Amino acid sequence: MSIYLPIAELPVNILLIFGLGIAVGFISGMFGVGGGFLMTPMLILVGIPPSVAVASVPSHMAASSLTGTISYWRKQLVDSGLGLVLLSGGLLGTAAGVWVFSLLRRAGQLDLIINLSYIVLLSVVGTLMITESIRALWRSIQGQQALLRRPGTHSWFHGLPLKFRFRQSRIYVSAIPVTAIGFGVGFLGALMGIGGGFLLIPALIYLMRVPTAVSVGTSLFLTLFTMLAATILHAVENRSVDIVLAFTLMIGGVIGAQSGARAGQAIRAEQLRFLLGLLVFAVAARVGLDLLTKPIELFSVISSEAAR
Amino acid sequence: MIFRKTAAVFAIALMLGSFIAPIAHAERLVTSLSTHRVLISSNFTGTSLVLFASIEDADTPRDKPKKYDIVITVRGPATTFVTRKKERILGLWVNYESRRYPDTPSYLAVLSNRPPAEFGPVELQAKYKLGLSFAALPPSILADEEFGNALLRVKKAEGLFYEETNAVTFLTPTLFRATVPIPGTAPTGPYEVDVHVFANGVLAAQQTTAIEVVKTGFEAFVAQSAREARLDYGLGVAFLAFVVGTLAGLVFRRN
Repeated sequence: MSIYLPIAELPVNILLIFGLGIAVGFISGMFGVGGGFLMTPMLILVGIPPSVAVASVPSHMAASSLTGTISYWRKQLVDSGLGLVLLSGGLLGTAAGVWVFSLLRRAGQLDLIINLSYIVLLSVVGTLMITESIRALWRSIQGQQALLRRPGTHSWFHGLPLKFRFRQSRIYVSAIPVTAIGFGVGFLGALMGIGGGFLLIPALIYLMRVPTAVSVGTSLFLTLFTMLAATILHAVENRSVDIVLAFTLMIGGVIGAQSGARAGQAIRAEQLRFLLGLLVFAVAARVGLDLLTKPIELFSVISSEAAR
Repeated sequence: MIFRKTAAVFAIALMLGSFIAPIAHAERLVTSLSTHRVLISSNFTGTSLVLFASIEDADTPRDKPKKYDIVITVRGPATTFVTRKKERILGLWVNYESRRYPDTPSYLAVLSNRPPAEFGPVELQAKYKLGLSFAALPPSILADEEFGNALLRVKKAEGLFYEETNAVTFLTPTLFRATVPIPGTAPTGPYEVDVHVFANGVLAAQQTTAIEVVKTGFEAFVAQSAREARLDYGLGVAFLAFVVGTLAGLVFRRN
């Protein structure tokens, strides 16, 4: 069953796109990540022009993270205060990321930088999450208490001013490191064309000591707002948001996100972190393999309008 | 004296005139296309264009018709292509060298009754841009074969460049038909259909027709909104995401 995409200017199999939406939505709801780091490469693989894929995926992430946010909100697993402080840094970081993005594009090495940062970031984050969660799982097998939240231990940033109490997260920290994390996630997200949930969740868990479930809920909340902003920015700047593609992905996404959120809440936090670590690492390995093996076709052709 | 001068000027003007005027062919070409507007709606997956043409020739006797060769070239709107080559640097396969190809057709189909090389020398092919490589790229760029050939190869694989050397069918010695495939990925805009008729390796008749590939209905509305009402369009998509997300949250709550 084919349908013509008015902005991408090509016909696609609508069921395939719908299925992609469900699959990525499931992962998105389960781990609280936007899923952009999976969806964008898959759409490009299906034949959607990269500019259209990058611009249309954010609206899908907005819809499925809104469904996820509602689901976590009912269980009081969203820290809106923490989310808003993160958002203030995130929006600044996004603007900075877009600026560096255009600088690198002019230098002509954007693809390489994006691929390399994918590999470095994803494999580091993936490895950290896998080893940490295995350690946590090992401790729980031996019957010990998980040591993620050590009461009384303080990092250097606990001494910073502007302290806030974030109730749902059960933390009392300065707004400065929280804004900095938001900035970093927004910056890398805009640079790499991803939502940044897979960076934010580990940062909240390991740096801020926020409980895993609240990290996921708050990440979904943040993703909702950054992705709505990204959709509008892309429509105004690049004119490459395809509403038919976006709508199809959204419908699949919210259905997948709903069952994903349930699956995520049903399994234990350490297992969830282990699985997310594995997924992140697998994507890094895939990108790395692409760079290391000789491609069948050495040449690629793009229309320079599309490259703009 | 004055009379002679005027006569001389008149004679020169007459001679010049006969040079400037187009070469009068004995043949006349009458073509008919199945459509001049390819309309793209939501169920568009590509279509084909049927061309009928008749060669009218008053001079050649009916019982001994000439043998004609036909080349039909269809060009989509011009674009600039960038061909990039991957090289292995520090163990990684990355884009390295690139070439720009300005003013290249975004869609190109060349159909003929037999390979142009069989009825004319390279000079003839170059002059009338017969065949995929002559029609796609200026000869100066063709010199760099590696990148130029890669462009043709990749575009052929995408179905946007098409070459068939037995796609023109003669129904009678002077009436022929050809079918031009327009893929679903065909770019929108004005297209040019160029028909060349050769007899014994010499151009006998030529005609150019224009067609248009346009979006219609909902597709045209969406494309126009995205282009002209950017902010409203962006807000619209964001609102849609909001509605879909909220509705899904409400629907699944009941379950």
